[in-house]
Amino acid sequence: MNAEVKATLGFAALAAILFVAALGFGAYPMGPVGAVAALFGAGGDEAVAIAREIRFPRALLGALVGGALGAAGAGLQGYFRNPLADPGIVGVTSSASLGAVIALYFGLGFDIVPLAAMGGGALGVIALFAVAGRGASALTLILAGVAVAAFANALTALALNMAPNPWALSEIAYWLMGSLRDANARDMMITGPLIIAGIAVLLTQRGALDALSLGEDAAASLGVNVPRTRLIVVIGATLAVGASVAAAGAIGFIGLVAPHLARPFVGHAPGKAILPAAFLGAALLNAADIGVRALSGFGTPIYLGVLTALVGAPFFFWLIRSNRARTA
Amino acid sequence: MSALSFDNVTVRLGAQNAITDVSFAAERGLVALVGPNGSGKTTLLRAACGLTPLQAGAVTLDGGAIAAMPPRQRGRTIAYLPQERRAAWPMSGRALVALGRHPFAGPMRRESEMDRAAIERGLDAADANGFADRNVDTLSGGERVRILLARAFAVEAPVLLADEPTAALDPAHQLSVLQALQDQAGRGTLVLTALHDLSLAARFASRIIVMDQGRIAADGAPDEALSDKILERVFGVRRQNGDLELA
Repeated sequence: MNAEVKATLGFAALAAILFVAALGFGAYPMGPVGAVAALFGAGGDEAVAIAREIRFPRALLGALVGGALGAAGAGLQGYFRNPLADPGIVGVTSSASLGAVIALYFGLGFDIVPLAAMGGGALGVIALFAVAGRGASALTLILAGVAVAAFANALTALALNMAPNPWALSEIAYWLMGSLRDANARDMMITGPLIIAGIAVLLTQRGALDALSLGEDAAASLGVNVPRTRLIVVIGATLAVGASVAAAGAIGFIGLVAPHLARPFVGHAPGKAILPAAFLGAALLNAADIGVRALSGFGTPIYLGVLTALVGAPFFFWLIRSNRARTA
Repeated sequence: MSALSFDNVTVRLGAQNAITDVSFAAERGLVALVGPNGSGKTTLLRAACGLTPLQAGAVTLDGGAIAAMPPRQRGRTIAYLPQERRAAWPMSGRALVALGRHPFAGPMRRESEMDRAAIERGLDAADANGFADRNVDTLSGGERVRILLARAFAVEAPVLLADEPTAALDPAHQLSVLQALQDQAGRGTLVLTALHDLSLAARFASRIIVMDQGRIAADGAPDEALSDKILERVFGVRRQNGDLELA
């Protein structure tokens, strides 16, 4: 068994454990075993309803969103050849958030929010390539992503600024913090396939991403079509991240941390890290969501995006410091 | 035996010609490409493996235009060792060498017996076996070049292009890298390498192409190509008691 298969299976097992743990954790007391039993109809109507309609969609959404962020982060870090790249770097997170915020601003209702977020993400990636141009270098693409994100964030701030009433304001502000609370089967029908499609698209480029470790010229000389790889990676990341923002809002740092932790298990090959990073992302996000639920027991609910940022940002500091030694 | 041929090739970078009307053909041996900084050596090598669009002319391999080759086939036919020596990730030497097999990978990207054998031959030819399992970040500059050379050898392409493989290496590593390239040429690979050091070029190459301001200034056996006239005109130096002095 090679390292990639081992790492994938290992992190898949971890994701499964945290999935079951997330099923079993919450205000209504039923352990992981009880929750799984309730999913299959045992333990009384109340337990069955909670397990099937609240816990299961929430844990499944956690796994899907975490998987999307982990895979997108791994793909983008591989393409940019930079461990500091995050799915937010190409502006998708911000533009998808803007789409959702516009829907909330105009009170279009929660049915429209996911669609608006995906539309925003798609417009963001079109703007990205319009700004950067087709033959853009990695650096130009990053700068274009920063510009797209800055503009989307400015418009999001404008929407907050101009919010018609305190209700809309708080709705937008809370939505931006990211949460799995509103997980439901219907949203999952839209976001699930898109996330899986996005991860599958990213996986088609794993060999090309490994070859890119040698630099763009060497990769091109080995038969990698670098502009095509760039386009496919950005589209795959946009599908996965756009759909995850649509379902759960902007959740930072999972996409940065998961690939970084997964990569050593596959000998640091960036393409081989995509699937392990997806499973690790799924595990981390459900772990964070368990943390959110545990902390919410103490009063004011903490939002998922707030927790991942609180834990993830110090990790980012550490990553920059350790990377400084490597590139010095 | 593969014949690489440049026919009246012009490459423009920005507003300027990087190489102008370059023509030559090569089919065997170690061919050194020398010339002052900015004379077009790297551009010529990039054009030879189809990495840069041509303004005019054609680069062909055995009569077929390189620009028209499917990328994977081109990857199998022409190996290229660029100047860039940084690996983006702290991978093992062997994992980097294995990337040389990328053009042969199937859809599942499993390493075949043939791939493994080619990787071992590449490591042997570059004398890089001793540190192949180490993280490339921990290798010295010379060891890293030998790993990257092994990566280029592992392609087992009939044509190998190398851009300044000896730059910034100590004398022992310079000699061992050039020896490895010469041995590879001896096995029937056409090796075209840009070199800075004229005495190394004269010692190891069977043929030297001198570039000057994007054009070929001289082309021939070492003592012929590096004549006193060319040394003075192109490099601004002259021979004095076996050493080069400013002209």
